[in-house]
Amino acid sequence: MRTDTELDNLLDWVEGMRKRVREIAQEWESEEGNLIMILHAIENELGYVPRGVANELSQELGVPMARIYEVITFYHYFRLAPRSKHTVKVCMGTACYLKGANALLEEIEQQLELREATGAQKGECSVESVRCIGCCGMAPAIVLDDETHGRVCLKAMKEILKQQLEK
Amino acid sequence: MIAQETMVTAKINGITVRVPEGTSILAAAYQSGIRIPTLCKHPDLMPTAACGLCIVKVAGEGKMPRACATDLRDGMDIITHDSELTRVRRTILELILSTHPSDCLTCGRNGNCELQTLMGEFGCRDDRLEKHIRDIPPDRSSHSIVIDFAKCINCARCVQTCQEVQNVWALSMLNRSIDTRMAPAGDIALADSPCIKCGQCAAHCPTGAIVENDQITDVWEALGNPDNYCTVQVAPSVRVALGEEFGYPPGTNLTRKIYAVLRRLGFKAVFDTNFSADLTIMEEASEFVERFAHGKGALPLITSCCPAWTDYMEKKHQDLIDNFSTAKSPQQMLGVVAKTYYSEKMGIDPAKHVQVSIMPCTAKKYELERTNEMFASGYQDVDITLTTRELARMIKQSGLLFSEMPEEEADSVLGEYTGAGTIFGTTGGVMEAALRTGYYFVTGENLPEDAIEITPVRGMEGVREAEIDVKGTAIRVAIAHGMANVDKVLEKVRDARESGQEPPYHFIEVMACRGGCIGGGGQPYGVNPNILRLRMEGLYQDDRDSALRCSHENPSIQKIYEDFLGEPLGEKSEQLLHTRYQARKQYLR
Amino acid sequence: MSTTPLTASALAAHWDGSADPHPDIRVCMDTGGIAAGARDVYQAMLDTRDESDVKIDIQRTGSLGLSYADPVVISRDTAGQTIIFGAMNVDAARLLIEDHVRNGNLLEDHVIASHERGADFGDKPQTAILVKDTSAKADKDRTAHVQKLIREELTFHELHERIKVYRALDLGLYEKGLCLQFLPSRITYAGLSEEDIPRIIEESARSSQVLKDLLVTGRDLQERIVLRNSGHIDPEELDSYLRTGGYRGLHRALLEMSPEDVIQEMKTSGLRGRGGAGFPTWQKWQLTREPEADRRFVICNGDEGDPGAFMDRSILEGDPHAVLEGLMISAYAIGADTGFFYIRAEYPLAVERIQRAIDQARAAGLLGKNILGSNFSFDAKVRLGAGAFVCGEETALIASIEGKRGSPEPRPPYPSVKGLWDKPTSINNVETLAAVAAIMDRGGAWYGEFGSGKSRGTKVFAVTGKVRNPQLVEVPMGIPIRAVIEEICGGADSGARIKAVQTGGPSGGVIPRDKMNTPITYESLQELGSIMGSGGLLVMDESDSMVNVAKFYLGFCVDESCGKCAPCRIGGFQLLRLLEKIDDGKGKSEDLDTIRDICHCMRTASLCGLGQTAPNPVLSTLNYFKDEYLACLTADAGGKK
Ligand SMILES: Cc1cc2nc3c(=O)[nH]c(=O)nc-3n(C[C@H](O)[C@H](O)[C@H](O)COP(=O)(O)O)c2cc1C
Ligand code: SF4
Ligand code: SF4
Ligand code: SF4
Ligand code: SF4
Ligand code: SF4
Ligand code: SF4
Ligand code: SF4
Ligand code: FES
Ligand code: FES
Ligand code: FES
Repeated sequence: MRTDTELDNLLDWVEGMRKRVREIAQEWESEEGNLIMILHAIENELGYVPRGVANELSQELGVPMARIYEVITFYHYFRLAPRSKHTVKVCMGTACYLKGANALLEEIEQQLELREATGAQKGECSVESVRCIGCCGMAPAIVLDDETHGRVCLKAMKEILKQQLEK
Repeated sequence: MIAQETMVTAKINGITVRVPEGTSILAAAYQSGIRIPTLCKHPDLMPTAACGLCIVKVAGEGKMPRACATDLRDGMDIITHDSELTRVRRTILELILSTHPSDCLTCGRNGNCELQTLMGEFGCRDDRLEKHIRDIPPDRSSHSIVIDFAKCINCARCVQTCQEVQNVWALSMLNRSIDTRMAPAGDIALADSPCIKCGQCAAHCPTGAIVENDQITDVWEALGNPDNYCTVQVAPSVRVALGEEFGYPPGTNLTRKIYAVLRRLGFKAVFDTNFSADLTIMEEASEFVERFAHGKGALPLITSCCPAWTDYMEKKHQDLIDNFSTAKSPQQMLGVVAKTYYSEKMGIDPAKHVQVSIMPCTAKKYELERTNEMFASGYQDVDITLTTRELARMIKQSGLLFSEMPEEEADSVLGEYTGAGTIFGTTGGVMEAALRTGYYFVTGENLPEDAIEITPVRGMEGVREAEIDVKGTAIRVAIAHGMANVDKVLEKVRDARESGQEPPYHFIEVMACRGGCIGGGGQPYGVNPNILRLRMEGLYQDDRDSALRCSHENPSIQKIYEDFLGEPLGEKSEQLLHTRYQARKQYLR
Repeated sequence: MSTTPLTASALAAHWDGSADPHPDIRVCMDTGGIAAGARDVYQAMLDTRDESDVKIDIQRTGSLGLSYADPVVISRDTAGQTIIFGAMNVDAARLLIEDHVRNGNLLEDHVIASHERGADFGDKPQTAILVKDTSAKADKDRTAHVQKLIREELTFHELHERIKVYRALDLGLYEKGLCLQFLPSRITYAGLSEEDIPRIIEESARSSQVLKDLLVTGRDLQERIVLRNSGHIDPEELDSYLRTGGYRGLHRALLEMSPEDVIQEMKTSGLRGRGGAGFPTWQKWQLTREPEADRRFVICNGDEGDPGAFMDRSILEGDPHAVLEGLMISAYAIGADTGFFYIRAEYPLAVERIQRAIDQARAAGLLGKNILGSNFSFDAKVRLGAGAFVCGEETALIASIEGKRGSPEPRPPYPSVKGLWDKPTSINNVETLAAVAAIMDRGGAWYGEFGSGKSRGTKVFAVTGKVRNPQLVEVPMGIPIRAVIEEICGGADSGARIKAVQTGGPSGGVIPRDKMNTPITYESLQELGSIMGSGGLLVMDESDSMVNVAKFYLGFCVDESCGKCAPCRIGGFQLLRLLEKIDDGKGKSEDLDTIRDICHCMRTASLCGLGQTAPNPVLSTLNYFKDEYLACLTADAGGKK
């Protein structure tokens, strides 16, 4: 059971969110075909598109939920569930692949398992493989919480990961 | 003035063809006697270009265009069939099969499935690809239709139908690549979605991925129970479509054979929904006269006999609830008088009276329990609805040879109908029937013989507007069919209301399905504009063949008011024949 | 930055004064550079400068293309001499301020020799010698030893105070043994032995004589038209672009030419789309101009999704105004009033810089109503992709801008007739538009001089993979693939043997080593079963398995398939399964037939380019390296597994 204050806070949060969705929608209202830009704005703010927000957006924009879900599930950038605290994106583009990105990915997964085994919070960090982040010249490349690292070897990978997760 | 059509001349398999500009290669080939295989293109819909089966070769072009989505251009030299094309088409079918369960024997489409037919034709004999089948359980949340996701081939016909033709947006395509799948909007149960149960998705699906909720077994069981007194009603549009399942040309009127076959199936009494259509008109026309002539109630009056439409309105146009006719649909009116008046008269215990309806429609399955008013008899007024397609299957199961059925009459008093009742089954029909009787109510006389057919309200245009002269008073009417078309009409009503102007129309007829019930979601598969036209013609012919063509002239109707109901909009009529509407949420989740 | 609208003459005034040599330091701050640490380097230089008495401008700039050397810093002294430093780090950054700027010294192991090479010593005294062992198996100790030898010789001739010797990071020469370059003359000697050193110091260093037998002349094969400004100007400042002659092409188009003239100029240039298909640009503009319409749109396709390609990103990040200028010229030629930049969301810096360029141009009156006093009005907006490769396809891109799933539509109707919001729309690639600006400035005839056959002008390639110096190159079309790989980028990495190169990314094919002399043109690559594509050039060596490479590219297309049409959605998926099966050693010989059937089906019956070309990597590896496939089959199918 939630206490009344907790409930009030939650409702405030919901109301605040609703307002923000309306603001974002209005900001783009004069622009035709703004759905993707709006979803980007929501992603930036919340890290995902909660169902309630999609609903609010649907009403605000007059765009059917069906369309919003079609779009969210089509584009890799949008998601329906919250992100974990940290994300590592391992580039699996051609250049990185040829230069051993596979091994990096395995290493990271191993490291994270190890961390969880030794008490770190489950799911603190999610791993995604992405296709080319535009640093092919510096393959293999990874992005850890918006910070790009190029020419990463296994050893450096371990170090970077440790430092960032410890932060 | 008709604009001069520009013609294009081209060659298909060496034969010169001349067709109007804008004709697809597919259509042009068909006209010259060549069928190009298709799976995603439905004659009723814009091409989705999803399957690739219809590719053809064009001399001098490297790429092979899709015949369904490419217009024939002047001078094209096209090959539609050769060994290479056949090989490519067979590979496509093999690919589709690799993601499709081979469950034909237990499938709702066994025997009339487009995929199955093509597989048969192309003779894909070896299963050289490993299967990859969607592991999502079927959605049985809706009373009207069942979605079997595993069988979906992603042709997107249903999505296009639901979004563009119906503007409901209950279905969508989610995800991408091999994970692309059709799902109810927002990936929830269909029953929680904005679905209005029209069944148009099922009618357009080439496979067994969306089918009506099959209730034949329930009917067999009801018939088999000796305690039951089973009666049945058959809707206007069923009579001109059922024959297609038994080899009759579309539009053949088989009313009397249907009565006979229903009796042989075991129904104790056979009623005709056309009778209650006449009853609906009595109530609805009276309502109209009240509102139009006596200023009691909102104008325009909007018809409400299509449950998919009422659902749509309750979800999307709630501000117009007051404009709705409160008269129940013919199905429900028949149900309630069968279980009250008829039961009483025949001394049947209404608790044992099972009323089955044969409808062109999947939404009617939902209407049975729509609100409390559907139980006005004290029992569920109509118990089970079968669609035309289900009836056809049931007849086949029964072993009855439909073509050998004699011609019989329906049971009195709920079986007699006029030409006005029968045209309910087509777009514009309710309006025409209501105007015939409304004219009589206002002027006290029938429309003259040569004006009884109100042609301005007829046709297949998505929205039709007309002005009908009632002895000097103009009645402005609009007719919309295909759910997406209604929004335009309602927008005009709303605009006028907001700017304080007189409503643009006095009376609006809306049918969710294209063509009205003749194009219903439960009708035999494979409709195209031509089949719709033939079914429509069948109903208009039935009207022309009727001795009586106005609902108020129906002697059985006069009798039921005399014996039982009193008068239109009277106390008993209100109690049994009318309903209420309420605002509903589009999403229950 | 200008805040009042620029008039035509005020714009022209900016183009002078561009020659003004003004000492500064520029840090290549594109995504690649930043990933390598360019931000820290930049900050360290700012801090060091501010803590010291050194006065020098420190700026950001775009990429020079030297990915292998990131982070890269460019220094220009009062004499206008430019020195490039690579592989920078924070310590080197401090040193660069304190020792290079203050004392004029270069940085050991960081300096990159000029790729242009002098023919005579001129009248200035030489100040530095850069040395490097350019053989694949270069030995650091040997270079240090040679460096010591040179120093000893210089000391012997008492030149050591004046001429310093540095180990170079890169000399732009490969497999030429020991090489050195004099600065500032850029006299370069190659193929040296230790015995040559006394002679070089005595005759060249002391007496300024050119040793013809050792001399390397000319420059590398690159021709920088599209990349002309990248690494030279500050991409975040309009003035910086204007000083190089920016918007002169637009000026010319608006004030001197009719839209038809502009289209004619494009025709003269022979420019074809750099986005992959190579459709003549003038023709696309013409087709978009023709249909009756109340509005038209232009779109810059910055979706660059090919894994392994970063040309468009570098251009957007390094010279955003040039792309904007190109888009405006296309809009003028077509009669469009609004343009969109559709840019991958994975390129935040490119988005930021394009947005800034638009804002600056708008503030300067280069966007808006009656631009430069003409009756041409135009505005541009940025739209982000959201992680879908297929959105690079024109009809999918349009759907995406309209706020829908990026699913392609059948063509015809082409976007030039029915595009964005059903209006005629012209879509051009970033590189195409950057070339447009240059063509309008310098003329179609000038541009048409470069190239070969029907492939005119230059093409940018991102050379990556198992190559010694992965980098961005811009070369005139028609030169052999081998020249790009070997002469510019140094051939295979760590001396391994190149097996094949792959062009065109997932839509392209492999070109085996013995076909590497093929000239780079749209037609010749197609003949080999590959395509020009957008410009990814991936080098593979003997250790790379071709089955694996095919699997990789196909895997990309399978993930990125929009899922709309059956041949691509299921065909790609099943093809990948078959390749995996073969790669696992479980393949049967019938599987190869099935693979060919599916490939054929995808090529002919897929709706859009993605599915139509997805089998290319499979077919081309199967064509050139069938043995590798056969070897993978099970033993009873005649394979080895
Ligand atoms: C699947 C697919 C992806 C594409 N991706 C890109 C892209 O990222 N950038 C690009 O400029 N063109 C891309 N293209 C090509 C474009 O559709 C289009 O031909 C091009 O932008 C036209 O510009 P151009 O004439 O200047 O080359 C792609 C095509 C396909 C079929
Ligand atoms: S959908 Fe068609 S092919 Fe599939 S199982 Fe049913 S009948 Fe067979
Ligand atoms: S078609 Fe073949 S599989 Fe199907 S029931 Fe007949 S014999 Fe059996
Ligand atoms: S029944 Fe009608 S509303 Fe419901 S999903 Fe099907 S087409 Fe859409
Ligand atoms: S459910 Fe039927 S109509 Fe809808 S996409 Fe699937 S196969 Fe096509
Ligand atoms: S138009 Fe007829 S068939 Fe269609 S939903 Fe309405 S009542 Fe049912
Ligand atoms: S990739 Fe090139 S331009 Fe970009 S930072 Fe590196 S060297 Fe500079
Ligand atoms: S070929 Fe692939 S990407 Fe293109 S439309 Fe078909 S499924 Fe989508
Ligand atoms: S392939 Fe990894 S950054 Fe491009
Ligand atoms: S990243 Fe530099 S050594 Fe590993
Ligand atoms: S019928 Fe034409 S693509 Fe499916």
